[in-house]
Amino acid sequence: MTDTTVTTERAEERAGSSAEPLLAVRNIVQEFESRGPGGVKEGVIHAVSDVSFDLMPGETLGIVGETGSGKSTLARAVIQVERPKSGTVMFQGRDLTTVRHRDLKKVWANFQMVYQDPFGSLNPRWRIEDVIAEPLVSHTRLTAGQRRERVRELLELVGLRPETYLRRRPMELSGGQAQRVAIARAIALDPAVIICDEAISSLDVLIQAQVINLFETLRRELGLSYLFIAHDLATVKQVSDRVGVLYLGQLAEIGPSEEIYRAPRHPYTKALLDSVPGLDPDTGVARRPVTLKGDVPSPLDPPSGCRFRTRCPFAQDVCAERAPVLEDMGPGHQVSCHFPLDDQGLPTRGHPLSRQALDVATG
Amino acid sequence: MSVVGTSVEQSAPRGGVGDRPVLSVEDLRVTFTRHGRRIRAVKGVSFDVQRGRMLAIIGESGSGKSVTVRALMGLLPPSAAVSGSAVLDGRQLVGMSDKQMRRVRGMNISMIFQDPARSLNPTMSVGAQIAEAVRTHQQVSRPQAAERVLELLRLVRMPAPEKRVHQFPHQLSGGMRQRVVIAIALASEPDVLVADEATTALDVTTQAQIMDLLVDLRERLGTAVVMISHDLGLAASYADEVMVMYAGQVVERAPTQTLFSNVRMPYTRALVEAIPQISHPSHTLLSVVGGHPPDPGRPVQGCPFRPRCAKADDTCLTAPPLDMHEPEHSYACWHPVTGHEVPVAAAPAAEIPGGTR
Repeated sequence: MTDTTVTTERAEERAGSSAEPLLAVRNIVQEFESRGPGGVKEGVIHAVSDVSFDLMPGETLGIVGETGSGKSTLARAVIQVERPKSGTVMFQGRDLTTVRHRDLKKVWANFQMVYQDPFGSLNPRWRIEDVIAEPLVSHTRLTAGQRRERVRELLELVGLRPETYLRRRPMELSGGQAQRVAIARAIALDPAVIICDEAISSLDVLIQAQVINLFETLRRELGLSYLFIAHDLATVKQVSDRVGVLYLGQLAEIGPSEEIYRAPRHPYTKALLDSVPGLDPDTGVARRPVTLKGDVPSPLDPPSGCRFRTRCPFAQDVCAERAPVLEDMGPGHQVSCHFPLDDQGLPTRGHPLSRQALDVATG
Repeated sequence: MSVVGTSVEQSAPRGGVGDRPVLSVEDLRVTFTRHGRRIRAVKGVSFDVQRGRMLAIIGESGSGKSVTVRALMGLLPPSAAVSGSAVLDGRQLVGMSDKQMRRVRGMNISMIFQDPARSLNPTMSVGAQIAEAVRTHQQVSRPQAAERVLELLRLVRMPAPEKRVHQFPHQLSGGMRQRVVIAIALASEPDVLVADEATTALDVTTQAQIMDLLVDLRERLGTAVVMISHDLGLAASYADEVMVMYAGQVVERAPTQTLFSNVRMPYTRALVEAIPQISHPSHTLLSVVGGHPPDPGRPVQGCPFRPRCAKADDTCLTAPPLDMHEPEHSYACWHPVTGHEVPVAAAPAAEIPGGTR
């Protein structure tokens, strides 16, 4: 089948051009008006505030953060489902924010979303073959026969036997199988980027592992890039090349996942890592989470200066006065903090609890 | 009235701390009949919970963990046939009338669910909902109930409780809502608190806060906690004892540290190996066991995990009993794994055997 060879060529082509980012997101701002009872204006929700990142071909960028940190809003603003207030999104030499709405449909063939609830994204009355063929009908000129062939191929690709599943309906599937169908549909148009929005959060451990492995295999075979949004840091680490940590609509830290997990520079990143319950599979020793106090403040009225300061164990006066900006901490590693942490997790730059200050104090 | 203000201190001596279990379940079985088909959801589960202890029941969807606790709570539909024994504070729960059960459910055993938003009434203020629970269980005046509401909100470490009583659920964060649900569950000072995936829908940070709260309540009030989770890391971090369920049966049970340092049942090992780890380099493939749990509508011959287990042989056609093979460590397996042995063939990622449905 010719589609397969096309796919492989595209995979090579994508892997080859590594210097140019596939997607260059700059200074995205997304704000919504909040209205109270009776339609009275309450204020502006600062959902995403000045976020920039690159996504390289074949790369997986993980986005982590708590509920309300703006993860999903950011993804939606990037692909223009909701137009961002300001900022640019460069894709294939075009700024998507200026693409007219009726031309966006073509662009969207390159971006596919996989959501948390697979059943919610599959029409319960359709057969699996029709569910997967739908994007082919509206976006390609394939004949009915070619479409059937392509659907079979896609099912094979996601590990579902076509004979068994073609004629089934979504309700006859388990959660893991339904998620595979949603993935088959997402890759039907050979997209450049898959956006996984908590795509595995509701699955059982074993199914979750199967789907993670599937994403990994597809990445290798099709040269896909992923924007992997999740709140589970261990999962994100498992799949991502780089990780961006969002807090109240701003990037607290972004960098190579290995670096971020080995030595987080932002106190929020460290707090997130510390709150993951861990189990060492070799020793069976559990690591009980360390709790981060408080809730995320309201995006209607984010704190002045550093938005994390109200929960930060190291906050100083300067943190309320001045907003920190993203600074380079190493190759591709940026952090937005006045007192970035050292390898031991202590603040630096003259903070009263920094290594130097403690050394002086203890003589 | 003594219920106000002193309940925390009072409840400590109740029942006495000792080895006598507050909840004792013996050979619990639940069978549903659907379209003439008998579906055996729980097939002979036994366990004890002591005062002030936390038991974690782990397993996949359909393993029977939720059905087990719902049977205890009397929350199953009429089509469910429950047999066996479940003794809570000396009272037999199995076979109890709905009316009796309603009393027990309020007074002795309470449950918190996964989605706090759905457990709360969106049209009632937080204070009114907690007060309702208080007044259902205790004969107190309105001002006393209001006092108790504040006390409960403080007990669950709700920030700014005086302000919260007048707020509605939609004005609270997910973590705060779950605190309200816990406050309602604690209104009757239960001996056993059942948390069914109570933190699954929450952020990791909020999850840690709620788990800390449960641990704290267990220590301060002596409440026994039964937590149901599919998250092994969570169970390992907080529970005193862990019970692994598969296809309606308990397949392994031990104190947490004993179990995870020496996993013997291949299914438990498969679960442990499937957890994404921060220590794994990016893009590592997880070792995954293929297949599905058996269809609860069909009888299983022998060990239920046999079709998916790499160590299975003809011996496994005879069901292995759940025996205590090692001190405090029970498992149901003829071929227990040792050390770091992975009993499952690391299946190619994109391969999944045909479904069972």
